Amino acid sequence: MSLLLSLVLAAGAPADFGYVQIPDAAKEAQAAELMAELRCLVCQGQSIHDSDVDMAADMRRIVRQKIAAGEQPQAVRAWLVERYGSYVTYDPPFSWTTAPLWLAPLLLLGAGLWLARGTLKRRRK
Amino acid sequence: MKRWLLWVPLLVFAVLMVIAGSRLLVPPQTVVKSALVGKPLPDFTLAPMVAGKPGVTRADFATGKPRLLNVFASWCVPCIAEAPHLMRLRQAGVEIDGIAIRDTPEAIGAFLARNGDPYARIGSDGQSQVQIGIGSSGVPETFVIDGRGRIAMQHIGDIREEDVPRLLQALEDAR
Repeated sequence: MSLLLSLVLAAGAPADFGYVQIPDAAKEAQAAELMAELRCLVCQGQSIHDSDVDMAADMRRIVRQKIAAGEQPQAVRAWLVERYGSYVTYDPPFSWTTAPLWLAPLLLLGAGLWLARGTLKRRRK
Repeated sequence: MKRWLLWVPLLVFAVLMVIAGSRLLVPPQTVVKSALVGKPLPDFTLAPMVAGKPGVTRADFATGKPRLLNVFASWCVPCIAEAPHLMRLRQAGVEIDGIAIRDTPEAIGAFLARNGDPYARIGSDGQSQVQIGIGSSGVPETFVIDGRGRIAMQHIGDIREEDVPRLLQALEDAR
């Protein structure tokens, strides 16, 4: 009887988005994608999607609540970056600190092409 | 091709190894600072945590006098360690408001009875919504809020004896 009662009560209460998916599958997909690239601030190697720490659940709750309320994932991410800096996302925005990450591969590719060109030229002779 | 060019890859590799090696010696724990330091405290309202003490709202700040906003919990061990230093700050005339994270009135009551009660108000943040809202990533953390309601400083971790003068100075500067 008490079990039944607690089930009825649970059904009546709003879903706890820290542990329960958004009923709308499209929105849940958006939230899941975003949560996978947000850093858990307690266990810093994990995303809030992977972590079982209370704080990660609290962050998932905020993300799902905002997305369920119709916010865009980009806006939710910006909201968190505004509070924690770009360290909170695994997909940091382009800035002077992250520029080498993006530019180094291009520079290395250029250097490789230049080296290859020199070698090929010599072979042809 | 010039002969010295042959050494360039080895040199680049050596530099990378030195960078990687020196990072290995640095402890991996990274504190995440709030990006809201220097900005106004966001709007929030927290219900009272214990009977006989009001909750905390944004309106309690920006009253012309700087205050400390202490994020704590009864289940947090460093919070016990910083309690005597918060009491000292209180005795020095500092006004302190608390945000209790994921806690119960009974546990907070017992915590205050055991470790002293420096708080003018204590708000209950059962799901860390306000904690995340102000860019705090753990307990304990202490924010200096200036008289205009702006976050002047964030202290991460427990307040130790040597932090007390620093916090008093920050409160003085935030006047």
